[in-house]
Amino acid sequence: MSVADAYEPESTGGLPISLSRVEKSFGALNVLGNFNLDIPAGQFLAVVGRSGGGKSTLMRLVAGLDGADSGRVNIGGRKVERLHPSVRLLFQEARLVPWQRVIENVGIARGPNWQETARRALADVGLEGRENDWPSVLSGGQRQRVALARALVSEPQILLLDEPFGALDALTRIEMHRLLERIWTARGFTTVLITHDVAEAVALADRVVVLREGAIALDIEIALDRPRQELADPRAVDLQRRILDAV
Amino acid sequence: MAEASVAGGYAAGEGRKLNLKGLASVLAPWALPITLLVLWEIASQSGFVNARLMPAPTKIATTFWRLLLDGSLFFHTLASTQRAVIGLVIGGGLGFIAGVLTGLWKPAETLLDSTLQMVRNIPHLALIPLVILWFGIDETAKIFLVSIGVFFPIYINTFYGVRTIDPQLVEMASVYGLDRKALIQRIILPGALPSILVGLRYALGFMWLTLIVAETISATSGIGYMTMNAREFLQTDVVLLGIIVYALLGKLADVATRAIEKRVLVWHPAYQVKSGSAK
Repeated sequence: MSVADAYEPESTGGLPISLSRVEKSFGALNVLGNFNLDIPAGQFLAVVGRSGGGKSTLMRLVAGLDGADSGRVNIGGRKVERLHPSVRLLFQEARLVPWQRVIENVGIARGPNWQETARRALADVGLEGRENDWPSVLSGGQRQRVALARALVSEPQILLLDEPFGALDALTRIEMHRLLERIWTARGFTTVLITHDVAEAVALADRVVVLREGAIALDIEIALDRPRQELADPRAVDLQRRILDAV
Repeated sequence: MAEASVAGGYAAGEGRKLNLKGLASVLAPWALPITLLVLWEIASQSGFVNARLMPAPTKIATTFWRLLLDGSLFFHTLASTQRAVIGLVIGGGLGFIAGVLTGLWKPAETLLDSTLQMVRNIPHLALIPLVILWFGIDETAKIFLVSIGVFFPIYINTFYGVRTIDPQLVEMASVYGLDRKALIQRIILPGALPSILVGLRYALGFMWLTLIVAETISATSGIGYMTMNAREFLQTDVVLLGIIVYALLGKLADVATRAIEKRVLVWHPAYQVKSGSAK
């Protein structure tokens, strides 16, 4: 924690998200039907489910990348019509621009004073000194760190994570969990993590929602102490079992 | 080289032997051309081939020196290069603009692409009689032909490069709030660049090819004119020299594009062998 504490921006807080009676189909396939979900500001929510259960669709609706067929998706009390400026998205792949250096990737939006803020965001994810590297020389974990720094640089109030750690090895994944938990604790943005890894959901989230065939099959609170010790807590194991039963 | 340094650790003698081997591998590509030159020289000196039809390399070298001193070689090379560059800038520039336009904007593709694909299949040298009728035999005719020659490779590869940009990157850019101008500047054009450079290399080949043909038909300057003129007087050495100059100019253009590639594609893993292995 000591190195990490060197720089923390002030808590930017989060925005609440609410979905009410949302319908979304792709052709004949009804992905989400009469779907309701309220996410309070600052909550860390994990959405667990099998592939094709509607997880990514849910995420794209909240991000404003896709529109709902009917119903409302609200962010901070306002209807989402297109991309919301304080929503940031971390994809399954890092999606770094190969021909831009690390620092240019982080400051992709080129806001005012972008180099300084990008440098600080990189330091925040433990990548100081790598500003001028090309993305191609980074490891998978480092790429996702750069992507995380890119998401954090604009101080988002909502962070959406679409299985961003799925392709990482187990040790790197645990490192990323610690990093994410620390940053989330400091900043308090609303977080939605899409994952198929139940242990990851229990390790990170305040609340886990299980999606099955476009509906919520389970909605439980994870009231474990933070920072969390993965694997050690018997309560975590019990929660994981309950979630797995619902998936 | 890495092989040599590893072996050098075992014994000093081994290392020296491998150094000689390294030298041999550097010289190897030159072995065949040098042998051919020597054989050619011997064959024309001994009268085995007719020196009028195939003058010896030394004769060509003295011709080169003579034309260099009287300035005519420089004059003709400059004239050819000028036409080549002007044609490349006009044709390549238009090809690039058309490629970006059709790549980015669907209506432009609908309007232009099928027409261009049809015109592309006409060998542009088939236009020579028409071009002479239109422009006469002055500079415009040659520059027009070169422009057409370089237009299509650059157009097609620019279009392809713009179209094959990773849609995930484009989506990411829009999520991160890049406007259209920033998207084109920072994502689409740099992403299309490797493909555009492939187009440029093809274009350079077409550029010299077109120029040779255009200059042999009607001109009062340029390498093509120099060789055609020399043919009238049976100066085979000058003809051969002209061919060699074309080869050198082509090689020069290729070296230049390689240098550009190396410089602008530093981010590409294929150009990062050193920094990658140092890690």
